[in-house]
Amino acid sequence: MAKKVAFLQGNEAAAHGAIYAGCNFFAGYPITPSTEVAEVCSLELPKLGGKFIQMEDEIGAMAAILGASLAGSKVLTATSGPGLSLKQELIGYGCIAEIPCVIYNVMRGGPSTGMPTGPSQSDVMAAKWGTHGDHPAILLVPASVQETYEEIIRAFNLSEKYRTPVMVMPDEIVAHMRERIVFPEPGEIEVVPRKAPTVPPEQYKPYDTSFGDVPPLASYGTGYKFHVTGLNKMQDGFPTTKAEIVQAEEERQVRKVNANVDDIVTFEEYLLDDAEVVVIAYGSTSRSARYAVNAAREQGIKAGMFRIKTFWPFPDKQIKALAGKVKGFVTPEMNLGMCTGEVERCAQGKVPVLGIFRVDGEPINPDQIVAKIKEVK
Amino acid sequence: MEKTLPKIEIIEKYCKGCHICVEFCPTKVLEMKGFVASVKNLEACIKCMQCELRCPDFAIKVITD
Amino acid sequence: MAFDYDKYIRPGKLPHIWCPGCGHGIVMKGLIRAIDSLQLDTKNTAIVSGIGCASRLPGYMDCCTLHTAHGRAAAFATGVKMAKPEMNVILVGGDGDGTAIGGNHFIHACRRNIDMTYIILNNKIYGMTGGQFSPATPTGAKASTTPYGNPDPPFDIAKLAIGAGATFVARGTAYHATQIDKLIAEAIQHKGFSVVEILDDCPTTYGRRNKFKSVIEMMNHLKETSVPVKAAEKMTAEQLQGKVLTGVLYKEEKPEYTTEYAKVIERAQAK
Repeated sequence: MAKKVAFLQGNEAAAHGAIYAGCNFFAGYPITPSTEVAEVCSLELPKLGGKFIQMEDEIGAMAAILGASLAGSKVLTATSGPGLSLKQELIGYGCIAEIPCVIYNVMRGGPSTGMPTGPSQSDVMAAKWGTHGDHPAILLVPASVQETYEEIIRAFNLSEKYRTPVMVMPDEIVAHMRERIVFPEPGEIEVVPRKAPTVPPEQYKPYDTSFGDVPPLASYGTGYKFHVTGLNKMQDGFPTTKAEIVQAEEERQVRKVNANVDDIVTFEEYLLDDAEVVVIAYGSTSRSARYAVNAAREQGIKAGMFRIKTFWPFPDKQIKALAGKVKGFVTPEMNLGMCTGEVERCAQGKVPVLGIFRVDGEPINPDQIVAKIKEVK
Repeated sequence: MEKTLPKIEIIEKYCKGCHICVEFCPTKVLEMKGFVASVKNLEACIKCMQCELRCPDFAIKVITD
Repeated sequence: MAFDYDKYIRPGKLPHIWCPGCGHGIVMKGLIRAIDSLQLDTKNTAIVSGIGCASRLPGYMDCCTLHTAHGRAAAFATGVKMAKPEMNVILVGGDGDGTAIGGNHFIHACRRNIDMTYIILNNKIYGMTGGQFSPATPTGAKASTTPYGNPDPPFDIAKLAIGAGATFVARGTAYHATQIDKLIAEAIQHKGFSVVEILDDCPTTYGRRNKFKSVIEMMNHLKETSVPVKAAEKMTAEQLQGKVLTGVLYKEEKPEYTTEYAKVIERAQAK
């Protein structure tokens, strides 16, 4: 039987992907350019017995998904720049209390209200550094409608597997463009369930590290009575200020992601085998980059592309390896050098990193990238 | 009929010495002994339970039959 | 017989953190008696709070407890209740947490009439941070941030709840201990969003700055300034000057949110 296909917007694909992943609770607040996610969820979730709620503000939406997740739901919220800023405190809550949830943020111009209908890639640092305190960060940056669908499924899987908030951030171009999408069959893409406790309620501790760095999470209303707080906590969930416990718990929270980068980090290598100049790109910018690499090759330049699919954790290992082989990197992005700084860190001064930065609400076009490729000597 | 007296149990490690039980006891059964409440005159107790109800510290139990 | 509070308190968690004479413990006992009188299943009861002294209450309770971020209790709780409408959801918090930083979530929870009970412990001050004025601090009162007297007018929290659409609103005081459990129990039984404001005392950060010589004086003040709604009906406006009404202030039956959302699901599935 032929697979089901559709012509969808990135935002619509995100909602459908979430539902494939088992999402049964959405809370959001209207914000351009992400509203289609809420609209599709309001239409589709109740058909499946799921819940949609439009909250009074962005913070409330973030709070509602955390509450619903603790009650056993698989949860999603969708927002954009200013909304992401407002959600940040509670994203930190999700990190410290270790509550699985997916935050879909469409990157528009900023800071503040910025350019609500223009594309940008300037929220990638906010994904890692937006909330205060040390915390793990996982950020996926899809580049097509199909990939948005698939990456949001992966985001749900990672959030359950590592018991932490996961962000998916398409730029506004990916979020609003329409492309053909082929829906996977049920079961075709793995859906990771939440690791439920194996001990009886009286023995249950929500942060019991005898089960590893990612302890099982019970749900409210299933017989397990446990305490959740945003304070630094002990394994039983109750607050503590004991130095050694706080240190160990903070380190574990970050380690559960950092020790598993190979499981989390994904990327695409395009014509890298003999590449001398490597364009490092993500999101819609990578589509221009691909065109530019092909154009450069036609002109006899050995160009290639390393496409970032997982922005956080950053693909340090891969880019460090490339830095030892190539003549230089070109880093086009719709911000003033956020990814470029990370690439420079990984390049360790071995090769030049030439950035192309646009924050004018226009995409970076292939000609700009070809011109920059030619600057690499 | 002879009056039966309750047992007033004061959990000293919970008592924070706020005086509420002492002041609002209608028959002046309790007193402060240093920083904690203490039974002074059990005979006067009318088992109204006000001290137990009002103790913010879960430190008083009035045990009746 | 002495009431067995221990049955509902997590072992080893007492003594609590509240200061000597703080009424929060009295309210917690009232909540426990209410839960006991209704025989609520603690495994199926969530107690959700924000940040502040009052918000430490859930940690002591042997229920499903959620100590959220400052002001966000109502929004977290909405998520819990929507996900599991069969759960009893009780919110606990202070006046600052609930009506300043959490004011938006509070009024919208009232508006939705979602079946949860919000117990607001109103001690008219931010206690945990050291006594800054809150939206419930009386005009003229001294707080650590109103050294010349409070220029702000306060909220009437119960009226705010009624205006925002809560369908059960009651007020009690920490002095009137026997009434607290009855108000909370009636609120929990009410189908819809219920608010129980308990006027409370903060001897440490409010009392000492506002000429209350002792905890007892603060408790007596709660007693003297409150009037039961029934009694108030027979009093003149002059007699009611400076008094606050206690008891069940408002009650109405209106469609409840999770029930209405269940109908949304039915309509969606009928298509």
